[in-house]
Amino acid sequence: MTGTVNRAQRTRGLVLHLVCVLVGALIVVPVWFGVLGGFKDNGQLSTNPLGWPDPWMPSNYTDILASEVFWRQLGNSLLVAVSSTFLVVAAAAMAAFVFARYAFRGREFLVTLFAIGLMFPFAVAILPLFVLLRGLGLLDNPLGVILPQAAFGLPITIIILRQFFRTIPAEIEEAAVLDGCGSFGFFWRVLLPMARPALATVSVLAVVTSWNNFMLPLVVFTDQSWWTLPVGVQAFQGQYTAETARVLAYVVLSMVPALGFYAVAERQLIGGLTGSVKG
Amino acid sequence: MTRPSTVPDTRHGDPATDPPTSGPGTVRQRGRQPRPGRGGVLAIFLTPALVLFLLLVVAPILVASYASLYKWNGFGLPENFIGLDNYTRAFQDPTFRGDLWRGFVLVLLSLVVQLPAALALAMLLNQPLRGRAAYRLIFFAPYVLSEVTTAVLFDLVFSPNRGLGDAIATWLSADAGTVFADPDTVLYAVFLVVSWKYFGLYMMLFLAARQGIPKELSEAAVTDGATAWQAFRHVTLPLLGPTIRISVFLSVIGTIQLFDMVWVLTRGGPIHSSETMAVTMYEYGFRRFEVGYASAISIIMFLLSLVFALFYQRIVLRRDTAGAITNQGGQR
Repeated sequence: MTGTVNRAQRTRGLVLHLVCVLVGALIVVPVWFGVLGGFKDNGQLSTNPLGWPDPWMPSNYTDILASEVFWRQLGNSLLVAVSSTFLVVAAAAMAAFVFARYAFRGREFLVTLFAIGLMFPFAVAILPLFVLLRGLGLLDNPLGVILPQAAFGLPITIIILRQFFRTIPAEIEEAAVLDGCGSFGFFWRVLLPMARPALATVSVLAVVTSWNNFMLPLVVFTDQSWWTLPVGVQAFQGQYTAETARVLAYVVLSMVPALGFYAVAERQLIGGLTGSVKG
Repeated sequence: MTRPSTVPDTRHGDPATDPPTSGPGTVRQRGRQPRPGRGGVLAIFLTPALVLFLLLVVAPILVASYASLYKWNGFGLPENFIGLDNYTRAFQDPTFRGDLWRGFVLVLLSLVVQLPAALALAMLLNQPLRGRAAYRLIFFAPYVLSEVTTAVLFDLVFSPNRGLGDAIATWLSADAGTVFADPDTVLYAVFLVVSWKYFGLYMMLFLAARQGIPKELSEAAVTDGATAWQAFRHVTLPLLGPTIRISVFLSVIGTIQLFDMVWVLTRGGPIHSSETMAVTMYEYGFRRFEVGYASAISIIMFLLSLVFALFYQRIVLRRDTAGAITNQGGQR
């Protein structure tokens, strides 16, 4: 009796693993094709798209790594991501503090306003935003991407932080006030240090969003020297249409920072996504 | 990173462009100087977020709704008032009507294919399974890749004569090399790439919700004689309700805004057969300089999202305030 149960369980486990491996293959194979493809030339790609490169041709990768363009785009992406993240987290933390711990007239209205902002995608606002940025002289200026990204990131950041700030007991604030802390002191020396995990979560979300943003840098940066990685990858594909292997190498290299970041910040990213949906 | 030390100048009001150097100012507040009153605190803390949000999110929407009433090329001030003509034009434009239809198809496919698949995988990864942490890590990984990277990768995977798609097609003796060039298949191909990137997100949401449901509930059902399927259908699934409804919501809103992936893969072609509202808007706004018309399309996108969200919140999500078990469990 136990034997058959065990066997049934083992078959079940095997089937589950099989499903997982299949789904995993759907994800890994295209990426793996890209990684290997980058080591081939076009001739090899058409005769042998799946197998190992023969011979290995690292020149696609080394050429890109030796070129200034790739590093510049990486640097631009980094600059834009770090600045927008800093800005959105700073502004949102301050607002969330007030929304979480003060009762005042119009609070619910403001909270709702920001919550509706969750539904303002760049795509809806991009045209007037472009006209506005042109008027302000912010085209081909990193601020032209940083400021709107920070603004569009506010809703989700405020919602997550507010939820967290509310969980900090009032007694702690009272104790801080007794010790002579004002609102600023409490916010800066007590609340923010306590909120470090929540701040890490929203920062990770903001970095990923900024890193992957395409539409805004596409219209704001006409000057190539400001291009971020997504814009660069897309342009590289247009430029080297015929050289598939080269483009594959570029795509793979542009994936590396994102996947590396994922490996480091997976926990915050997933926590933030699942947490924000519950809020 | 976590140094929101700016105490912005509330009167000059563009805190975003001021360098965040006033850290010492914060420290000084603590000293003997008179503290700002409650109103002052509110103003100081709210100003940066409000200025950013009103100037760069709310104002553009208002400008777009204003511009949508004009025939305007985007330069100078709009002067040629044409009322709602841009809107009637949109609803008569076969491309835009096609956008609506394709959006509907994408949402439907997502509801019928992507979300159930994500749910099934989440249930699978909830089983005690060796290596499930690794599977989870891999399944979710595409989510961190940008839509552009994903699109370029798949464009090359399916590029005729040197792609992986070709190899598989030869193997199946089919013609996969042209999935993005054939008006009949392109929308489905785009959908598959979108699902490749996003199913992991939904899987993760379902998994987190599933883990928030106390094990005792489905165990009790099984003890009472329910089959595994019955326990899932009548205990687990209803408790996952809130998360499922939010996922449907995210999927609809995401489809309305879909741009990057389509733009890179197909530019909306061939012959508009994979075009979305956002692509049409971009075409008219940034290529043909019909900013008035493109603004009208933006506003329609916005209204669709808003009306859907309000309707959904009112009718469907309302029930979820009652779903206390999953919410509490899921928080941690």
